[in-house]
Amino acid sequence: MTELSSIEVTALIALGALAVVFGAAVFIVDSMARATFALLASFLAIAGALLVLDLVYLAVVTALMMTIEMAVMAVFMIMFMMNPAGLMPMSMVHNKRGSVLAGATVFAVLVTGIWMVDWPTRRGLVPEDPTRQLGEAIMGSHMLVMLVIGIALFGTILAGTVLATSRGRYDRFGPDLKAPRPDDPVRGGVGR
Amino acid sequence: MPELAADVGTLASTWGVLPAALVVAAVGVLLGVLVSAADRAVVTGQGVRAGVEPLRSGMQLLLEQRRRTLAPDRLLWRVGGAAVPVVALLSMAVVPLAGRTLWSTSADLVWFNAMEALLWAAVWLMGWGPNAVHSLTGGYRFLAQGLAYELPLMFSLITVGVAAGSLRSTDVVAAQDGLWFVVTMPVAFVVFVGGAAAFAFWGPFAAPTGADIAGGVTSELSGLDRLLLLAGRAVFLGATAAMAAALFLGGDAGPWLPGPVWHLLKTVAVVAGLVWGGRRLPLLRPDRVVELAWVVLVPLTLLQALVVAVLAVSGFYA
Repeated sequence: MTELSSIEVTALIALGALAVVFGAAVFIVDSMARATFALLASFLAIAGALLVLDLVYLAVVTALMMTIEMAVMAVFMIMFMMNPAGLMPMSMVHNKRGSVLAGATVFAVLVTGIWMVDWPTRRGLVPEDPTRQLGEAIMGSHMLVMLVIGIALFGTILAGTVLATSRGRYDRFGPDLKAPRPDDPVRGGVGR
Repeated sequence: MPELAADVGTLASTWGVLPAALVVAAVGVLLGVLVSAADRAVVTGQGVRAGVEPLRSGMQLLLEQRRRTLAPDRLLWRVGGAAVPVVALLSMAVVPLAGRTLWSTSADLVWFNAMEALLWAAVWLMGWGPNAVHSLTGGYRFLAQGLAYELPLMFSLITVGVAAGSLRSTDVVAAQDGLWFVVTMPVAFVVFVGGAAAFAFWGPFAAPTGADIAGGVTSELSGLDRLLLLAGRAVFLGATAAMAAALFLGGDAGPWLPGPVWHLLKTVAVVAGLVWGGRRLPLLRPDRVVELAWVVLVPLTLLQALVVAVLAVSGFYA
């Protein structure tokens, strides 16, 4: 049924359990920093599981992106906390009953799905370079979708920044936008 | 695209996993000592004594008492401190030594990049842990600096991958059979080495440990904790120099001398250039580095990637 050795199966079970434990820790710990990095630990366990499955590219990309994401998220989460700097202990849960219900339902649906689906077995051999295969699968026939998603994400980032910034071009270049130099509180690195 | 066979094997498959890992870790530590010694020599002008100095101060740190602060987040502090040297040594796993890597994957370059990205978490945790304002400021500075260097660094690695048609480091070295990559991608080379200084918060990018915030992330560190951070940083710089020699300077290619000697010579040259140049530049402010990186370096590295992509498509690297 499986091509994995018993060591690999054990590693997968252990990493899966670690991912769940760290995921649960996100809601148990009482500090935003610990919650953020418990989530990162959970993601790193997932990356480890991908590594065991010999999907190296997916594993390292998961580790890379999730680390940067969680580090930036820590900054924002702590910045937006109700207490100053997010330094005081606080509960990581709210709307307990609703979230428990939603979590349990989703978990039940996913587990049922995983066990009900008739997963296909592998036909043919493992490709020499799964990274190339993955790239061709994503960028070949789905290029249009990826391009649209990319631009949509980029547009979202720009829109979010525009909505969040308190200083627009009129603050920087004056009411008639004619100032030769923008009036910034901190000058940038290229002499503007 | 050149068809490159990955038949060179790995160090782990030749020597066994544990001996190979120990050798690679030892080489990493030696590279770290090399960087520290070169740094000391450039800063103080000492000769041979500069080589002993990192070991002496390392021993001194080992004997020092651990500093304690009020209400630290001890768990995260220790995790961050241990992570810096660990990811530095893990990044060594994909650096070719004597033409082979500890383990060879189809995504070596991304592995190297991911180890460096883990520093985002580790250094911020080092800043957060002691519950001290200067330390935390240093951690935030590192993230701000990370936003600046990460994209150009990734683009320079992508450029290498495009030219080699593979993300495997041994393939990249093999692809430079005729011409070193530094000739066609000088921008990527400079950005890669500069990125190393930035993610190791060293030299002109040392704002996270700046004197204006009493040492930043290092301000509350002493003894073993300080040693782990400084050693991890030096190992990372050394590993990146060895990686730069492999990715851009042809690795172990060279006449007369055996391959590993050439790789070592090139690594020493990169370290010397990095330390000599980096110590001559003033400390850069992270907020200014961000604009510089995004307005100047991102377009430059993209242009570099375009040039290399056109060359690769036209069969230049085949």
